[in-house]
Amino acid sequence: MTLKKDLISIKHLCKADVEHILKRAESLEDVARGERSLDLLSGYILATLFYEPSTRTRLSFETAMKRLGGTTIDLGSIDISSVSKGETLADTIRVVEGYADCIVLRHPKEGAAAMAAEFTSKPLINAGDGAAHHPTQTLLDLYTMKRESKLEGVKIALAGDLKYGRTVHSLVFALSMFNAKISFVSPPQLAMPDGIKNDLTAMGIEFEETEYIEDVIDDIDVLYMTRIQKERFADINEYNKVAGAYRIEAKYLTGVRDNFIIMHPLPRINEIDPDVDDTPYAKYFEQSFYGVPVRMALLLTLLGK
Amino acid sequence: MGNQQSKITGKPDPEMRVRQIENGTVIDHIGSGQALNVLRILRIDEQTKTVVSFVMNTPGSAGPKDIVKIEDRELKSDEVDKISLISPNAVINIIRGYRVVEKHKVALPDKIEGFLRCRNVNCITNANEPAQTRFMVGKSGDIPVLRCAYCDNLMSRNLTDNLI
Repeated sequence: MTLKKDLISIKHLCKADVEHILKRAESLEDVARGERSLDLLSGYILATLFYEPSTRTRLSFETAMKRLGGTTIDLGSIDISSVSKGETLADTIRVVEGYADCIVLRHPKEGAAAMAAEFTSKPLINAGDGAAHHPTQTLLDLYTMKRESKLEGVKIALAGDLKYGRTVHSLVFALSMFNAKISFVSPPQLAMPDGIKNDLTAMGIEFEETEYIEDVIDDIDVLYMTRIQKERFADINEYNKVAGAYRIEAKYLTGVRDNFIIMHPLPRINEIDPDVDDTPYAKYFEQSFYGVPVRMALLLTLLGK
Repeated sequence: MGNQQSKITGKPDPEMRVRQIENGTVIDHIGSGQALNVLRILRIDEQTKTVVSFVMNTPGSAGPKDIVKIEDRELKSDEVDKISLISPNAVINIIRGYRVVEKHKVALPDKIEGFLRCRNVNCITNANEPAQTRFMVGKSGDIPVLRCAYCDNLMSRNLTDNLI
């Protein structure tokens, strides 16, 4: 295992680490659903420090900790905590490590988690640092593919905002460990950055690029949709044109593979029509749930349980 | 200052455009036009008390080059290796009693700490935090590429614009 004290970036994990966490998560799914109780983390406290809004990530960490018998503390509102008085992140971390056994951090600055980990001897998990990393989202994405479609050798299309989405950048790197064949589907102004494509080429990973989902949808195992953010466009008409082109409806799914699934890190806006929710391909709510067993497996691993 | 002649060959010696130094460091084969950036890297400024002289664009065997001479100061490798980021072929000569007692090419360090600012304005090292910058050093072809150890941002050209 290369996984040591902290989880800062998916790039710090080797394939064996990822497989270990995914396997452990599978054995914890019934606990995550509340069908079996487990108190391996009884007496342990998890501190969740969210300097930016979060729903799924924060709630699923809290659920994961509580399902394992542990408890959680949080910063409360940033407006009324010492953060509003100008306390540095480094100081906050040094204080919180005295109260908790493990720290989860989301922060708007890139590199915040890497720096914070240097100021504590307790395990620290990056729950998103600016536009940089979100490794637990990547782990639960991989888990969803493994459980609902296939992971090793998966043919996957990533569609939408591939330029600014930190989720897809981390995911692409992780997929490279599993011999994935990747299609990038985006408007030219939101294409996958050249730096990442150069890395993939250097690693010998196959990928193709297109502007249209219909070019790939019948020949893939996974369609990973992302939200196109309005604020990325100077002209609202340009946004409307692009947003409309990346909207999946049930009628487009007639020729897909048997094991085809649609994933989305959520929240969605318009990119998946609600009529897709009732098809067997919609797996984004399962994906959201899988955050719990995956984070349980990670907490147990980092806490040596 | 005009060319002086080499004592051995009698040919004009470009290094003699500035006088020989008795003790100190001569940095030779600096890329043409980079001498001022070398001084910035070495933190040589108005506070510096030792004698420092330099020439720019002087003819060399591999084309024009710059030379910097610093008297009464022997630079250590962690100081001079930073020069490799802007001038990978620079050569360091340590001088004692007018003689070269040590001569070596600068080497690209594996990492650079607390010396350059990260160009990513949203990097935690640019916030009000007690974090010293740290970059892992690699190469793309012959060009040094620095990766921020915190935010992963890459930077390569015009590195002296980011001196702390």
